[in-house]
Amino acid sequence: MPAFPDAYAELEPFADWALPSESDRYAKRLATPMSELQAFYDAVFPRLEDSTDYLKGVPLEGISEQDRNLVWLFASLVTVSFPVEVWRQPRVPDSGASSIDVVVEPGP
Amino acid sequence: MPHFTKPAEGSWTEHFGLATEPVSYDDSISPEHFELERDAIFRRTWLNVGRVEQLPRKGSYFTKELDAARTSVIIVRDKEGRIRAFHNICRHRGNKLVWNDYPKEETSGSCRQFTCKYHGWRYGLEGELTFVQQESEFFDLDKSDFGLAPITVDEWAGFIFVNFDREAQPLKEYMGRLGAGIEAYPFDKMTQVHKYRAEIGSNWKLFIDAFMEFYHAPVLHAKQATEEESRKLQGYGYEALAYDVDGPHAVVSSWGGMAPPKDLSMVKPIERVLRSGLFGVWDAPDIGELPEGLNPSGHPSWGEDSFLFFPNFMVLIWKPNWYLTYHYWPTSYNTHIFEGTLYFVPPANAYERLQQELAVVSFKEYGLQDGNTLEATQTMIESGAVTEFPLCDQEVMLRHLHRACREYVADHQQATPGTPVRVSAAS
Repeated sequence: MPAFPDAYAELEPFADWALPSESDRYAKRLATPMSELQAFYDAVFPRLEDSTDYLKGVPLEGISEQDRNLVWLFASLVTVSFPVEVWRQPRVPDSGASSIDVVVEPGP
Repeated sequence: MPHFTKPAEGSWTEHFGLATEPVSYDDSISPEHFELERDAIFRRTWLNVGRVEQLPRKGSYFTKELDAARTSVIIVRDKEGRIRAFHNICRHRGNKLVWNDYPKEETSGSCRQFTCKYHGWRYGLEGELTFVQQESEFFDLDKSDFGLAPITVDEWAGFIFVNFDREAQPLKEYMGRLGAGIEAYPFDKMTQVHKYRAEIGSNWKLFIDAFMEFYHAPVLHAKQATEEESRKLQGYGYEALAYDVDGPHAVVSSWGGMAPPKDLSMVKPIERVLRSGLFGVWDAPDIGELPEGLNPSGHPSWGEDSFLFFPNFMVLIWKPNWYLTYHYWPTSYNTHIFEGTLYFVPPANAYERLQQELAVVSFKEYGLQDGNTLEATQTMIESGAVTEFPLCDQEVMLRHLHRACREYVADHQQATPGTPVRVSAAS
């Protein structure tokens, strides 16, 4: 079964970004070179832009697996937007060795 | 020329009767002083350990490591539905009672009784000892003498606090005027929780200092805004709308033009699409009327109030109807554990979930910068190369916090004359 709803078939190559934990999304961002982060952003950002009405029509209660994957993919876009739109590097500048780790997070 | 009105004395600092000369940070670089703070502050004030939603039913429990008070505690909802707190120690041979895999990691769950991993002693939810393995081998053991050691526990606005001082003043009274002013806030409607934790290489007070002033924000976090917006913000600098103190507690009230921004070109593309950012989701949920203690200056540009409830519990209430808590748990004179927890009204649909995600991730990106800066500060003030530091009027709450801490230490020393100063083994 495809990871995402039919209308998002072209995002299939990015299915490995559909990660349910913020710590995994952040770790993947740190482990990915800027060129790939940019490519991910360029492909996924326009789809978030044209999907706001669709997403507003997806209740979280009883969400389908494909819609859930789509939420996690867009959550990865949120994480990746910082290096692409602001930092120009995967890490937060001046953050050195510091880390802030999620210990409680909700589902979709 | 200030943008916002200052008190008649001409400055907030003088208004609160605080000195204006440079300050020393010798209260933040010494193991000996930290040992004094443990006894004078962390074993004598109300400490927030969680919220009632963490104990949804009878038998729900969680543990909290309170190194600063030299203990670990169990918080549990008993059979009658009341919240109780106990030291997390088995009465038999002193093993930590509740833990999983790693004794120093906090845990939570639901149970009918607590069973010690060591020799199988069992305790009911009211703390009573109910079972002793091979009881007949013991010598005149009366189980009713060996219940779990209780700790004073109380609730304020759904927040659970413990206090190791048996003669502590009631919690409601301790929270004072600032607490009373926000007690009616609908904290209970905001049950969507994202919690973060970080180990920080600085004295606990230094991180509170960082979050009780926003003088740093336009500079340290300059790149978080678009370039043009960032230049503008640095030009303005930062001024609070108002400050207030009540006893050791304090509040900073700030403007908040960013949720939503006046002009969409001020914000990043992701913020435009998700209508959200560091200040929260622009489309605020309806939560009814706000309590009077918020926005103390009544300013129309109000955006956020940061309350510090002494010693280490901050509540940040934002105009778009969400809140954030910070806790700073010292583990030594120059290390502490920071917890940042974001609370939202549960999202109804996928779009709202992503709006909240952007607010959460923005908090994390800023926090990473703040955390690292603190370690840089701690190592240099420890060098002793410079010992006096000038603070501006927008840093008034730093003076207030450090003064409150010194007063607690001095009062405790006076109340317990002859108490030897504990010297930490840590270097």
